[in-house]
Amino acid sequence: MSEPKDNTAPRAAVGAVSKGRKTTMERRSFFSWLAVGWIGFIGVTGGFFTIILRYLYPNVLFEPPQSFKIGFPDKFAPNSVDISYKKDFNAWIVRDDESIFALSTVCTHLGCTPNWLATDNKFKCPCHGSGFRMTGIHFEGPAPRPLERFKIGVADDGQILVDKTKSYKWEKGEWENKDSFLKV
Amino acid sequence: MNITALKSLIDALSAPTISFTILTVIFPFIFPPSDWFEKIHRKSGLWRIWTKLGGVIGMILITAFFVIGYFDPYFNKTLTKADNFPIVLMIYSMWFYIWLGMFKAYRNDIRLDQGLKPNEYNDPDDKVLVWPDLVYIEFIALILFQVFLIVWSIIVAAPIEEPANPAATPNPSKAPWYFLGLQEMLVYYDPWIAGVLLPTFIIVGLMAIPYVDINKKGDGYYSFRERRVGMFIFMYGWVVLWLFLIIIGTFFRGPNWNFFGPFEYWDIHKVEALTNVNLSEILWVKWFNQGLPSNILIREGLGFVITGLYLFVLPVVLAKTYLKDMYAAYGPTRFVTIMMLGLVMLALPIKMYLRWVFNLQYIIAIPEWFFNI
Repeated sequence: MSEPKDNTAPRAAVGAVSKGRKTTMERRSFFSWLAVGWIGFIGVTGGFFTIILRYLYPNVLFEPPQSFKIGFPDKFAPNSVDISYKKDFNAWIVRDDESIFALSTVCTHLGCTPNWLATDNKFKCPCHGSGFRMTGIHFEGPAPRPLERFKIGVADDGQILVDKTKSYKWEKGEWENKDSFLKV
Repeated sequence: MNITALKSLIDALSAPTISFTILTVIFPFIFPPSDWFEKIHRKSGLWRIWTKLGGVIGMILITAFFVIGYFDPYFNKTLTKADNFPIVLMIYSMWFYIWLGMFKAYRNDIRLDQGLKPNEYNDPDDKVLVWPDLVYIEFIALILFQVFLIVWSIIVAAPIEEPANPAATPNPSKAPWYFLGLQEMLVYYDPWIAGVLLPTFIIVGLMAIPYVDINKKGDGYYSFRERRVGMFIFMYGWVVLWLFLIIIGTFFRGPNWNFFGPFEYWDIHKVEALTNVNLSEILWVKWFNQGLPSNILIREGLGFVITGLYLFVLPVVLAKTYLKDMYAAYGPTRFVTIMMLGLVMLALPIKMYLRWVFNLQYIIAIPEWFFNI
């Protein structure tokens, strides 16, 4: 690695070596090699990131199904809230005087899970104090809109089927939709 | 007066409607922003708060409150909760540093009155070198603080709760202590305002202070009277609208996010009869006695007019009348910036009172567009 003392000798030597190995590259072939290199690079990194993305999705999902049967309509007493589906399915099954419907347990203010207070006959959120009536209509605290309702219907065997993939918003007038409640 | 009566008095006073009002009303007498307030501040003896005696009495009152609270069965639970320890420290340090700053400022104000230079100019003998003096002090402080943190973490177990369960939200669900002011704001505003817009305004507003404050006085030394309006606005925003909201969130909020006095039993069934109404409902249903119009913009028209008047017309009116001199001195850009920041800050207590007094939920309520003010 030392600096050559003689000026002429190394220059000649370098030229001689490169000529001898014939490593000079044409401009055109340089660009095609460059393209090959880049395609290879993109392919490898692309594959790498695809594997990483794949890794983010679990092979097995321990998650309750999005639609589930909750039994026959007479299981639910009039004017009552069934909280037994809250834990696994994030839904309250409410039966009022004329219909059964499934309410989402996500507060429409900031997404906490409210509690059903049977004595006060309301859902009350522990985070910012939003309150909802049994129907899901908001009436106190900061929540700007009612709880959402899930699609509800009757399965072939007569059981009630709740489908969480479709929800109905009151403020869009969707509670009029026949799938958003079940007449009893 | 016996201790039970004192406790129920504190409970009654601590209801945010009362405590927030008291704090807001006496605040300009503690940090007087004008001559009139200054006069009463002097006459009533409130200035003594910023003397050595006042500082000690403040410390004693805070300690007495915590000691009484420690022996109270209900307050003990909140006070000794591991999450709340930083707030106890915050209350002490907040009081100490505000007092220290004001104490030095008042000492300088007297000197400036007598035509002397501020205290900070007078003692060149006190000058110390960064190395080694300052760096050594910082190093020792660092070691002491490490010791404190280690002892704290050994003595108090981390307040870790049972595994998260979406079906059983803790009641009340409290944010980390430094976010409790934010959580209080969220009670009165829509998430995108209280959670996004207001924090952005706070951060941008704090960064803007050096650019919008053109008062050259008080540079390099403590002084209150030379920058009393700025101090008053900042202190109100910081102490009342941030620190006090943290204290409310820590000590005065219980199950279902209801208000509770510090010595009150956290009754999960405490009922506060509230039925919120939007401004549009008051206008159309209550006053005009008809249903809400189907057109959203007509429905919320009054809300838009009021918001527009407040944010865009009020600064213009003030610039032409009451704040004419300020407008001339600060120029349009600075004036508008200060007005916007100030009006948005003031919108928080305004909305709090509207909720408390009229049960008003939103001035503009368009849940269809996720736009609620």
